[in-house]
Amino acid sequence: MKKNVMVCGMAAALAVSLAGCKGMALDGPANGGGTSAAGEGKEASDELYVYNWGEYIDEDVITQFEEETGIRVVYDLFETNEEMYPIIEAGAVTYDVVCPSDYMIQKMVENDLLAEVNFDNVPNISQIDPAYMEMSKAFDPENKYSVPYCWGTVGILYNTKRLEELGVAPPTKWADLWDEKLSGEILMQDSVRDAFMVALKKDGFSMNSTDAEELGQARQALIDQKPLVQAYVIDQVRDKMIGGEAAVGVIYSGEMLYIQEEVANLGLDYTLEYVLPAEGTNLWLDCWVIPKNAKNKENAEKWMDFLCRPEIAKANFEYITYPTPNKGAFDLLDEELKNNKSIFPDTDSLVNCEVFTYLGDEVDSIYNDLWKEVKSN
Amino acid sequence: MNRLQRFLRRTWQDFYLVLIMVFLYAPIATMMVLSFNSSKSRTQWGGFTLRWYQDMFASRNITAALHNTLLIAFLSALIATVIGVAACIAINSMKTVPRAIVMGITNIPMLNADIVTGISLMLAFIAFGISLGFQTILIAHITFNIPYVILSVMPKLKQTSRSTYEAAMDLGAGPVYAFFKVVFPDILPGVLSGFLLAFTMSLDDFIITHFTKGAGINTLSTLIYSEVRRGIRPSMYALSTVIFITVLALLLFTNFAPRKRAEK
Amino acid sequence: MSKKLLAAPYLIWMVGFIIIPLALIVYYGLTGRDGAFTFANVVSITTPEHVKALWLSLWLSLISTLICLVLAYPLAMILRNRGVGRGSFIVFIFILPMWMNFLLRTMAWQTLLEKNGVINGILSLLRLPSQSLINTAGAIILGMVYNFLPFMVLPIYNVLCKIDDDTINAARDLGANSVQTLLRIWFPLSVPGVISGITMVFVPALTTFVISNLLGGSKILLIGNVIEQEFTRGSNWHLGSGLSLVLMVFILFSMAVIAKYDKNGEGSAF
Repeated sequence: MKKNVMVCGMAAALAVSLAGCKGMALDGPANGGGTSAAGEGKEASDELYVYNWGEYIDEDVITQFEEETGIRVVYDLFETNEEMYPIIEAGAVTYDVVCPSDYMIQKMVENDLLAEVNFDNVPNISQIDPAYMEMSKAFDPENKYSVPYCWGTVGILYNTKRLEELGVAPPTKWADLWDEKLSGEILMQDSVRDAFMVALKKDGFSMNSTDAEELGQARQALIDQKPLVQAYVIDQVRDKMIGGEAAVGVIYSGEMLYIQEEVANLGLDYTLEYVLPAEGTNLWLDCWVIPKNAKNKENAEKWMDFLCRPEIAKANFEYITYPTPNKGAFDLLDEELKNNKSIFPDTDSLVNCEVFTYLGDEVDSIYNDLWKEVKSN
Repeated sequence: MNRLQRFLRRTWQDFYLVLIMVFLYAPIATMMVLSFNSSKSRTQWGGFTLRWYQDMFASRNITAALHNTLLIAFLSALIATVIGVAACIAINSMKTVPRAIVMGITNIPMLNADIVTGISLMLAFIAFGISLGFQTILIAHITFNIPYVILSVMPKLKQTSRSTYEAAMDLGAGPVYAFFKVVFPDILPGVLSGFLLAFTMSLDDFIITHFTKGAGINTLSTLIYSEVRRGIRPSMYALSTVIFITVLALLLFTNFAPRKRAEK
Repeated sequence: MSKKLLAAPYLIWMVGFIIIPLALIVYYGLTGRDGAFTFANVVSITTPEHVKALWLSLWLSLISTLICLVLAYPLAMILRNRGVGRGSFIVFIFILPMWMNFLLRTMAWQTLLEKNGVINGILSLLRLPSQSLINTAGAIILGMVYNFLPFMVLPIYNVLCKIDDDTINAARDLGANSVQTLLRIWFPLSVPGVISGITMVFVPALTTFVISNLLGGSKILLIGNVIEQEFTRGSNWHLGSGLSLVLMVFILFSMAVIAKYDKNGEGSAF
């Protein structure tokens, strides 16, 4: 098969490869540092395998952690909870500390994938606002497994100028994402629970619905919406909205601050605004947890403790701009930021909001099947 | 008339060649231009800058991925060549039936879809309890490289005559010595092209690496994929330009510089 | 005999990393989550969404293969008739893009096709209405054609180069016109090259998930995407394996059919 073509280009291959080898000899020792050693030297406990969302930490924080503790961090990214889970479950890679969301933590707890955190090693847990420890009891009833990291909502980001051009009023509710005038201007989240949350909430159902009829209605709604959707994306929403690719996008609240700053920096002639849909939305909390098969549990606890330090949490907040549950860090912020409602919404505006819960493997696969039907339609 | 016809045909052919060339090179040229654009916008020229190149070379991820890519390509090609050449010699002396079976299985990774090969290897690594990482990418690459080595060495090996090898043995050479003195020089071109084929296949692979890579390790392909999934940054254009120029220079150099030697 | 021993490393490798992995796919594909034997995963290819994905994949890869063929054949003819050597600069120009990383090439098209991309930028300069180009089936076909075109050009070109000028002249002398030479001489003699070109374009196009992800905005689900997502997100490896099994059988079967038409392996480049 491929052989044929490759052989044709053999003369050419010669070039690439010879040079490649040469380059190698030069490059090897110079760059050989800590990059390729991912799979080696497991017995040493000066390593920490971190599995986190994309753009979800200030890289300087990692460096600082490495310098302070002498632990080498192997840092890896995932895009969705659903993508992270099978990796941990299969033990394909043994991560020491992972940052899933609420419902996924519940799933991991129920399926016995998590190790209890030894909170004696995480004294800074006291910095976390008790309200969030309370909130996390929904998925970790005894606060045994998780250390809250960031929280937020999901809402609609819109491009004021583009909407004006289209003659559409700024969205206020999820149902506005079914406006035919927005054809080709909508960015939806490409993850099953988030997409169904939008459709379920639109019709006033719980986003944790297990009712076949409600789910069927949500599926149909998503299928109806599909022709209007420009793309199903995850981390790309941010760049696409900044680039003016679409008029509206479903996005996590924390991206807001970064986006507005970026728009200002680039001197663009439009502004992007964030709105919490009236029907209510997903209130989420991402926490650090330690998988049961972790090899460097103590390092993982050092990591958790480090991230709970107020000044570190503040540095992190300033970089990733997701609301922090860290009371100490919050107190360090400017008044202006503390009062920014789109970052730290008032609790009374969150009346209709819910937290995702794990619905069991069976319902999970129903969701997956329905989502596949939407996507293949 | 005839001359006019020929002229018209020639013009039409040139036009077609140019058309395809534009199709092939317009995207690459666009990326090269954008890599020097100081504005992040793709439609406005914000002035000339080398900033994205600085970003690229300063990025630990990109240099690490480059290093991994080259290291894996080299190691996998080398190991595949050693295993493959040994296998060729043995297969060559096999009887028809076992030989057909071995060759049949050898063909599987080449014929099969990459996605299936990648998934099957991932399942195997997990079943064997090998943690995904550098070593699994390496094993996977060796696996899909061996067939290319065997296919390039086999025809050359068939051409070598057994009698010279036996003559060498009769004259008192040990089998290993006889092999390296008599057989190896004959199959060397095949071995070399097998190695290079394997090297380039490894450089170019994305799908199999995607399924067999582990924590904190990227090759250039997987790095680009995850970057693009998050939004294209201008430093990716810079990377494209650098890769294109490197490939162009190397191919030009080997294809056209040593021509005289090759003709001899 | 000691020669047999030389096969040992490869045989062990073959069993460990070719046979066992395939056996695992078969095992996963034929069992459910509870570990019991079932055909459900394989049969699930007939559910509407899988049929749709498979059908769409077949359709898109077929179209792109055809486009590649239509573009590549004249190109190979022209290159061959220019009588340029195989290592010549002009041939080199047409295979050079192949050596660029496949993902970077796909990314380039994303840059061109996006709503605020280069093509729409040019259109708006010309005061033409902007088009939605990305995230459509057309964008995916374009990506496939662009990425796989050299895989079609090379084998055809190589086969054409092997056709002797004397054969063509003989046909001419016997009174054949250009159309007749094309149909009676060029086409039949280039069949092996065309066939190997077709397989080299069709199989990767059929099983791709990268192009549809990057240029289709995840709106278009191909069979490759379905399988990839079962493994990376749906976490139903049994279903993913079952579908892979179907795909594998399908490909190996078409290879076998093709091999019948290409017995002497002339399609290969050597």
